[in-house]
Amino acid sequence: MKTKVTMDPERWKAEVLTKYPSKVAKKRAKSIVVNEGDEVKQIQANIRTIPGIITQRGCTYAGCKGVVLGPTRDIINLVHGPIGCSFYAWLTRRNQTLPPTEDSPNFMMYSFSTDMQDSNIVFGGETKLKQAIREAFEIFKPKNIGIFSTCPVGLIGDDVHAVAREMKAELGINIFGFSCEGYKGVSQSAGHHIANNQIFKHVVGLNDTPVEGKFKVNLLGEYNIGGDAFELERIFEKVGITLISTFSGNSTIDSFELAHHADLNMIMCHRSINYLAEMMETKFGIPWIKVNFIGADATAKSLRKIAQYFGDAGLAAKVEEVIAEEMALVAKELESIKARTQDKTAMMFVGGSRAHHYQELFNELGMKTLSAGYEFGHRDDYEGRRVIPTIQVDADSRNIEEIHVEADPTRYKPRKTEAELKALEEQGLKFSEYEGMMTEMEKGALVIDDISHYEMEKLVEMYEPDVFCAGIKEKYCVQKMGIPLKQLHSYDYGGPYAGFEGAVNFYKDIDMIVSTSIWKMVKAPWQKESVIEAEYAL
Amino acid sequence: MLLRHTTDKIIDREALTVNPAKTCQPVGAMYAVLGIHGCLPHSHGSQGCCSYHRSALTRHYKEPVMAATSSFTEGSSVFGGQANLVQAIDTMFAVYNPDVVAVHSTCLSETIGDDLTQIIAKAKEEGHVPAGKYVFHANTPSYVGSHVTGYANMVTAMVKSFSMKSATKKNQVNIISGWVEPSDMREIKRIASEMMAKIVLFPDTSDVLDAPMTGKHEFYPKGGVTVPELISTGDSKFTIGLGPLCTLDACIKLENQCKVKFESLELPIGIQATDAFITALSRAAGVQVPDSLTEDRGRLIDVIADMQKYLYGKRVALFGDPDTLVPLTEFLIALDMKPVYIVTGTPDKTFDARMSSILSAKVPEAKFKAGERADIFLLHQWIKQQGVDLLIGNTYGKYVARDENIPFVRLGFPILDRVGHSYFPMVGYAGAMNLVTKILDVIMDKIDREVPEEKVELVM
Repeated sequence: MKTKVTMDPERWKAEVLTKYPSKVAKKRAKSIVVNEGDEVKQIQANIRTIPGIITQRGCTYAGCKGVVLGPTRDIINLVHGPIGCSFYAWLTRRNQTLPPTEDSPNFMMYSFSTDMQDSNIVFGGETKLKQAIREAFEIFKPKNIGIFSTCPVGLIGDDVHAVAREMKAELGINIFGFSCEGYKGVSQSAGHHIANNQIFKHVVGLNDTPVEGKFKVNLLGEYNIGGDAFELERIFEKVGITLISTFSGNSTIDSFELAHHADLNMIMCHRSINYLAEMMETKFGIPWIKVNFIGADATAKSLRKIAQYFGDAGLAAKVEEVIAEEMALVAKELESIKARTQDKTAMMFVGGSRAHHYQELFNELGMKTLSAGYEFGHRDDYEGRRVIPTIQVDADSRNIEEIHVEADPTRYKPRKTEAELKALEEQGLKFSEYEGMMTEMEKGALVIDDISHYEMEKLVEMYEPDVFCAGIKEKYCVQKMGIPLKQLHSYDYGGPYAGFEGAVNFYKDIDMIVSTSIWKMVKAPWQKESVIEAEYAL
Repeated sequence: MLLRHTTDKIIDREALTVNPAKTCQPVGAMYAVLGIHGCLPHSHGSQGCCSYHRSALTRHYKEPVMAATSSFTEGSSVFGGQANLVQAIDTMFAVYNPDVVAVHSTCLSETIGDDLTQIIAKAKEEGHVPAGKYVFHANTPSYVGSHVTGYANMVTAMVKSFSMKSATKKNQVNIISGWVEPSDMREIKRIASEMMAKIVLFPDTSDVLDAPMTGKHEFYPKGGVTVPELISTGDSKFTIGLGPLCTLDACIKLENQCKVKFESLELPIGIQATDAFITALSRAAGVQVPDSLTEDRGRLIDVIADMQKYLYGKRVALFGDPDTLVPLTEFLIALDMKPVYIVTGTPDKTFDARMSSILSAKVPEAKFKAGERADIFLLHQWIKQQGVDLLIGNTYGKYVARDENIPFVRLGFPILDRVGHSYFPMVGYAGAMNLVTKILDVIMDKIDREVPEEKVELVM
């Protein structure tokens, strides 16, 4: 049995920091926090990475093209830069998509690049970019083209926005650019913000054709990894909720153009998409709530929140009926599995939202989360949105554009009166609020922002968790140490994990990972002293 | 259809690359230095590159890939990344204690013009590099060449930074490995050992990217060429460079620097290229070719002769890196197959000439292209115009293979959806045997799957 869970987190922190040069230790100390439980402590987050420390983080381009726009199938995402950026973001995130017919546009299997050469760096790449757009238009006949800037583009001064405007006029399709150079901000996070701004400016609200259906919602920050959005679409359809658009799993630009017709925005991944929700509220009057469809209980809770918001007895009854039906199946599966997962331990270091959401699933399995953290969460993702007024934007992130939004003179329409909103709040529904990861974590849990490889190894070594959750770069390091690693970005090519069916998939996968036989065979028989002793005992 | 927008109508492209048959320099540099024992690769740029490159290599090997980055911010991108690199060197030695730090650049640091020679010299002067430790670099601008170029640049930098000529010659032959798998490097060492030829192989990623599970993560696995071995390459009696694009520059550098003569060969893929390698090694090391290798060769010839019916005249499309494609094409022709379409995203001035000399007599109808816009999209369009019986390339080929129902053999970088490439060689006679069996397997599987029921054969 594992016994190291009693390890004192303060001692762990002190011991780990001793290895760093003093300046580094001082900085890292603020990003490693032992959770208090009742009162949420301040954590340092969204600051620059320490050079040479071996971070998990990626860049702004990855946050913009890879995360937010990547999953949208009817847009050509043209990467303006040398070939690498386009190549590495080519099908490596598992955003599944399902075009309705054989003829529907789907560019997601393609990687488009201007493949900049040294001459383009020297003389500028705008001419090549324009030509690439013309060729993409001629060959693929897209209705939308997005242009993504990479590191050198900003340095040499190519103006992708001017090119977009010019080509939009020439070709008559929607073309817009993203200044998501990799060096902007300090992580993927800046890229999310840039993507939100441009989708909002160039796409949302373009189509005023009324949308049919009852209980119209958008789902924000759900990217359909391993089919998560498919499962949520199934559930919404079953309860009778009209999903206008998902940002951006299994999505189309066409659906984004209609997003302003929704009466409620639901946020899954707060980090990547809260900007869009806020802007849509200001411009169109659509309120937003935080939801979580990771975990069967969490899914039920979120469905009830939606029913509560719409205040329709029929919807509420249908939601309860669906929950009862789905939960019966979930409970049946969980029953046998939980015996093998109960009281086991997990750690999670994932992006900007899953390290929080997946704690729900582990709770359902009776597992304890000893430590968690984000690559690029901000303080509000850790401590809750109430701390936003106290967050100081530092020099590294100051140049990320904040766009000014005002109420649309003709299309702004409050979905609820002030009195209605207040009544709903009194019933416990929270608008424009996210309480963060730390509020839900146990006292004594270690919360670590932008974890380094070294810190990760020390966690595994000193705590020996039963499951470590992170990404591909961490997976095989941790597994070499004899601890299974569950990828919570790619789901290890499984999924979905969202919704009710997703919860069951996750239970099964965790059961497999903690029960796999091969971990017990790491040592050869002749490497085990007991074998030799046994011989002597004969 | 996965690639539903690809048609047989080819429109000339001057600017747009679609579905590239290459990636960028730094990943090649990162891979090369993992073949040095105790080495930590360092990416001097913004951290996204490093993260992508580590992920690509990790997905390909299903192994840990360690590398650090300068983590540029907007400020350093404008004012230069010197402070970032110096701080990174400090942090790396304090926390990860490498013997060697190998720095490569990205399009970011190259565009702003960071002088790596000067920054590293400064770091040394200021005492950031502990005694007995090494920091060296290669410039790897992503907007020149491809991942292959990055590998070549880093291998040349190894020679430049380490190879030294002393008073005494050593009775050893340098083998500079082109971009091949750990399994291939292991096979090259096995062949040399069978021949009793003393060699220094570099880079050598065997025992690094195919490390065993022991219950401990070895941050620096036991494999890799050691620094003393690298230094000693200046005293070797001869150098063999495998794959000209990846190793010719390094061979020339080693000759200029230490007066070691060299021979540049194709990667030993297939019969003729392996014959050439063994002949060259036997000559350079002054050793006989043992019967065991001649017998390996004979077994390979035997299998090909036995199974000729399934290979003869089959049309093949392939994509990958030039150093792999050239000997592979030659091998396919030896199998009497017809390599009709060949693309590589890597620019290579000698590619057309090398391909023409192999193909013009046997497959005059063959189309091949290297460099910008020689991409998988173009290859697919050619296939749409007239089909093929076999596709060989990296994992991205699977989308074409599925749409067009073509038997598919995974070969090259990256292979993200299968294992084996890092454990079973493709070089040498053993590697050729692996290749032939893989090709036969996929061709014969398709026959089994598709022939009418009354035509299914038990014996094939």
